[in-house]
Amino acid sequence: MKSTGREKLWWTIISIAVLIYALFPVASIFATSFKSAGDLTNGNFLPSPGAATLDNYEQILVGDAQELFLTALWNSIGISLIATAIAVVLATLCAYAIARLEFPGKKVILTTALAVSIFPVISIVTPLFNLWRNIGLYDTWIGLIIPYLSLTLPISIWTLAAFFRQIPWELEQAAQVDGATTWQAFRKAIVPLAAPGVFTTAIIAFFIAWNDFVYGISLTSTEAARPVPAALAFFTGASQFESPTGAISAAAIIVTIPVVLLVLLFQRQIVSGLTQGAVKG
Amino acid sequence: MKANGKNNRNNDYSDRARAERRLGWMLAGPAFIIMLAVTLYPILQAFFDSLYAFRLTAPDEREFILLQNYVTILSDPVWWRDLWTTVLITIVTVAVELVLGFALALVMHRALKAVRGWLRTAILVPYGIITVVSAYAWFYAFDISSGYVNSWFDWVPGIDQDLNWFAQASTALPVIMASEIWKTTPFISLLLLAGLAQVPDELTEAAKVDGATWWEQMRKVIIPNMKAAIMVAVLFRALDAFRIFDNVFIMTNGQYGTEVLSLLAYRTSITRLEIGLGSAVSVLLFVCVLLISFVAIKVFKVDLAGTTGGKR
Repeated sequence: MKSTGREKLWWTIISIAVLIYALFPVASIFATSFKSAGDLTNGNFLPSPGAATLDNYEQILVGDAQELFLTALWNSIGISLIATAIAVVLATLCAYAIARLEFPGKKVILTTALAVSIFPVISIVTPLFNLWRNIGLYDTWIGLIIPYLSLTLPISIWTLAAFFRQIPWELEQAAQVDGATTWQAFRKAIVPLAAPGVFTTAIIAFFIAWNDFVYGISLTSTEAARPVPAALAFFTGASQFESPTGAISAAAIIVTIPVVLLVLLFQRQIVSGLTQGAVKG
Repeated sequence: MKANGKNNRNNDYSDRARAERRLGWMLAGPAFIIMLAVTLYPILQAFFDSLYAFRLTAPDEREFILLQNYVTILSDPVWWRDLWTTVLITIVTVAVELVLGFALALVMHRALKAVRGWLRTAILVPYGIITVVSAYAWFYAFDISSGYVNSWFDWVPGIDQDLNWFAQASTALPVIMASEIWKTTPFISLLLLAGLAQVPDELTEAAKVDGATWWEQMRKVIIPNMKAAIMVAVLFRALDAFRIFDNVFIMTNGQYGTEVLSLLAYRTSITRLEIGLGSAVSVLLFVCVLLISFVAIKVFKVDLAGTTGGKR
């Protein structure tokens, strides 16, 4: 396809529009995170010239709010990673069975996964809130990891099942005909084809767990298990009388950086993972 | 049902089939059981709790009252106001996202090689960002003290320095919806991009050769061929939007008539500790979600199994 100068101009304009659309709110909170307490109400997008400050970052990383923020960050990372790992392992086994084996009840499993994924989180929270308080899981890591599985497991099963269905399993037989053992055939022919799907699923599941808010605010009450999104919502800042806009913005930027890095590094896998399932047949 | 050309003898086949069945359930079973445990059990518990008058602050006064909680809720105008707000948010956001998401999908699909990667990355950024962060970004931008929107757009009639966006539903809801749209359009757009890639190029080429305009190609070839992808995207987003919580919690906490159903359930059970009443709200919310899925599947014939590679 040849592209004329006119076409190039159009694409430049469209691209800039898309970039602004996608990044503006991020830029907005980024700019806010550098405003000093007195500068927050300046009504401008950027901090006043010469007034940009790192105070907010200092406050949450080494200052008064350090305890609060860093603990929440640690909770978020730990809980999300564990929930993702459990979901991906179980979903891989499940999706392999669905794609590769013939057994009754496949449809039931996929329908259940679908039903779980459309389940309103808040409907699960009320009974869990009560139960967790009775059996001592309230405000603990496990008390969040278990409900997080309701978020990460269904999507992992669907994504992986779709992904595994596209794998030409005959390759495995072909490799065996060529003299490979069952395990060799599986490892050499199937694992390289399946690994990107598993990896992609893990990233998507992690995003979803990282994003949770309802469980985070309902099933925790202290720093023991409160993840970042919930901590942000309940953050009161250094002073009870000033709204902690700057500190929250700085914290928001810090939790956004790893996510943006993941996106930057693996955008190809994420997109192909999300699309592959539906594309080739 | 399926003939995969294996030349098994009959009894041999049944043995293998049995072993395969057992292996299948051994592999898939744990995931299945956990899914049931983390959702089916809580919703049954919620249903059970919803039949009681039960406050956590007065556990001794727990009393079986059958459907009284449901009567209380359904005869309360707050429930209907919140339901309406939720439906309004769902309809508006899904409609806007469908159009915007389709435009973005087209851009990504057609973009020149040089910018394609950049565009995709940029579009994925909102998808990756925590909803709470996005909610704060929008909130601070519009907020009367820390925002810059009022000073940027004070030339627009109705907007001036003193406009408090979050003090009434008519201005708060659009901001809430905008943040929801910004955050979730990438998802719909990626699904639609997958749908676009499914449209056979030959069809589009043929239409082009026959002299179809761009609009005709869209309407006659591309959109009909993506129908399944569009339906699935809309259904998923609608169910998701119906459960909206984070944005509203951060921006208004349901004040000034912006409360949605999820927030009502949260407020009743977690804040006010009315477990019985809150459970009834949760059950009703669940029923709403079931109804939406049921209607979508029956009326619009969304084939969920088919679009994710049901063919073998």
